[in-house]
Amino acid sequence: MEIVHELLVKLFPALAGLPPWLTLALSAAVPAVLLVTFMALGPIIYVYAERKIAGFMQDRLGPMRVGPYGLLQTIADAIKLLFKEAIFPRGVDKFLFLLAPCLVVTGAFLPFVVIPFGERLVGADLNVGVFYVVAVASLSTVGLIMAGWASNNKYALFGAMRSAAQIVSYEIPAVMVLLSVVMLVGSLSLQDIVQAQAGGLPNWFVFRYFPLMPIGFLVFYTAGLAECNRAPFDIPEAESELVAGFHTEYSGFFFAMFFMAEYTEMFIISATASVLFLGGWLAPHPALQAVGPLELGPLWLIGKSWALVFVMMWLRWTLPRLRVDQLMHVAWKVLLPIAMGLVVVVGGLTLWPATAQGFVWDRYVGWPLSLALLAFLAYVMVGARRWQARRIRELAA
Amino acid sequence: MASEPVAPTWQEEDLDTDEMILQMGPQHPSTHGVLRLELRTDGEVIRGVRPHIGYLHRCFEKHAESMDYVAAMGNSLGYALTVEKLMGIEVAPYVQTIRVLFAELQRIASHCVAVGTYSMDIGAFTPFLHLLRDREKVLDLFEWTCGARLLYNFNWVGGVSHDLPEGFTRACRQLLDEFEAITHPELMNLLVGNKIFIKRTAEVGVCSAELAIAYDLTGPNLRGSGPKNDLRKDEPYCGYETYAFDVCVGDGRFGPLGSCYDRNLVRAMEMAESAKIARQALERLEQGEKSDVHEKVPKRVKPPKGEVYFRSEAPRGQLGYYLVADGKAVNPYRLKVKSPCFTAMSVFHVLARGMYLADIIALMGSLDVVLGEIDR
Repeated sequence: MEIVHELLVKLFPALAGLPPWLTLALSAAVPAVLLVTFMALGPIIYVYAERKIAGFMQDRLGPMRVGPYGLLQTIADAIKLLFKEAIFPRGVDKFLFLLAPCLVVTGAFLPFVVIPFGERLVGADLNVGVFYVVAVASLSTVGLIMAGWASNNKYALFGAMRSAAQIVSYEIPAVMVLLSVVMLVGSLSLQDIVQAQAGGLPNWFVFRYFPLMPIGFLVFYTAGLAECNRAPFDIPEAESELVAGFHTEYSGFFFAMFFMAEYTEMFIISATASVLFLGGWLAPHPALQAVGPLELGPLWLIGKSWALVFVMMWLRWTLPRLRVDQLMHVAWKVLLPIAMGLVVVVGGLTLWPATAQGFVWDRYVGWPLSLALLAFLAYVMVGARRWQARRIRELAA
Repeated sequence: MASEPVAPTWQEEDLDTDEMILQMGPQHPSTHGVLRLELRTDGEVIRGVRPHIGYLHRCFEKHAESMDYVAAMGNSLGYALTVEKLMGIEVAPYVQTIRVLFAELQRIASHCVAVGTYSMDIGAFTPFLHLLRDREKVLDLFEWTCGARLLYNFNWVGGVSHDLPEGFTRACRQLLDEFEAITHPELMNLLVGNKIFIKRTAEVGVCSAELAIAYDLTGPNLRGSGPKNDLRKDEPYCGYETYAFDVCVGDGRFGPLGSCYDRNLVRAMEMAESAKIARQALERLEQGEKSDVHEKVPKRVKPPKGEVYFRSEAPRGQLGYYLVADGKAVNPYRLKVKSPCFTAMSVFHVLARGMYLADIIALMGSLDVVLGEIDR
């Protein structure tokens, strides 16, 4: 906030004469407006991306009609949802029914405050940042249960109960993994966690303490996938079983709010994963951190997060859905033991000075692994491309 | 006025205080049409299920040859063969081959929907669209030949409505090439071999061979439980005995025999077998001599007095027509249909007991019912 204040005063010297409470409010409003804009406009991009990705995976084009390549489709959809009548079925608890989407959206938006987009680009660098993210993200669970209960619909109730069971179960392994990273850094502040990974790609946590941290990353990502109710863990809104789950009875803008919250949560989980494991706003090499005076930090963070969001979408359009008991099995019998073991092992390592910065072989892990990953991706993409070309040739024949 | 104390007709323990009645359907995304299931649920567990049918009555007294709207070609073939059997018409080999070709193409198209919607029931959306893409190609061929895409009036009594158009065999061969080279392996990798898919289906809805026979399951539902029963082999018609193909049965590789996985696997493998038969039929069409497809079509379909029962292997199982003619009218005096979906639905409540809510969908999809055949 001080930075914003300085900047404002520098840009508009007249502001220096204002009373302190007003300048404080002004300088708080600037980042808030920026963040809210980013949060509110983000889902428009994600929904478009999701529909396009789904289309390409399913051998179709996706939205093509509104605007060039269907770029304006989601905007049109958003406008449609805004103007649609919000229907209240008979027997709903109106207060809770209205409160629920607000809570869900709040829970999805609040973690943005602490996500660091750059060295000084952060809403508030809380010293309990990780704890704060976990705490406010759970708020949406309350909203989901509220929505299911207030809807007076049995499918919605099923969805609410499922989501409560699921999110509560998956939060535990996720938090355990967060704990192991926090122990390594010795700080709960997200900014400190990013700074601890400074110095290029091999210093990112996902490549350190091989193979401990990669496992931790996978556990956190899987649990995060479940926490934002995405396939293959989308049982709270399993459309083939529960029609639409907890938001069956919602329409118009309130439905849009649930939708927005889902996509925002996807970004939050991905951003948290990138901050904790992929170096946050740090570039793979320090030389790429800035172009002249221009800091590239936000771009790196958003790029990493979007890559993870893409993987989420990829999984959604590939995998079938798990059943409730299998879901619980994954959480309690697979992820939780791994996460607990991770906490114990990492906790032990922090007491051992020799491994304070990682294992000896760690500097041989980061670059080769990421290069291998890139090579694999290139191989797969070229393969897909050639397959497509062959198919077009066959069709033409 | 003092009233007599009325003895309660129920006691507290009679009430299912813990159970919730959940009406699934008729407007539910995965009840495959308009089936209504009355589920007694205890949390996620199903204590009992009662299917209610009859929401899709489309006056099928007048539409007997295409009740199964996903595979109307198989139905109309059965009906035409029944009437031909009554009238004693023997069609030319060329027409028979066309009929076999179209029946097998229809089987591929029908199983594309069955397996595709099943993948959607389990939660994987992508295989559905990949399969529907190939179904569309088959329907394009049908449209090219007889002008209709869904309900065909193609199989006439004594022949077929249209001869194959010029270039049909080449287009059909290309379709089969694409199907065998791309879609089918993709399906096997993406869906049938998927670990989550196997976990969701391999131990669910297990129907033993005895139970399947007792409830008169037929077609892929029966073969999924193990018996190698296929009318194309057992009581060949249309010259099926001259084609080389295998009858696919469930193998119970990942769980007990007769599970949802096996039933679905049988359908997935049958598509490849159908493609094989279609290829053989195409060869015969190219090499054999042509004949007029309307040659044996009677001027007036007026069967002699008598009754006849004929059953054929439709994509969903044995489809039987019992036809009574009084020898006076053009319309049948009586027509009864034994449809495979109706009997498949009858075993539903037995298999569904005690399973999870999500498995209900998996079971229903694996039985592959088409409501048009049930509600008639």
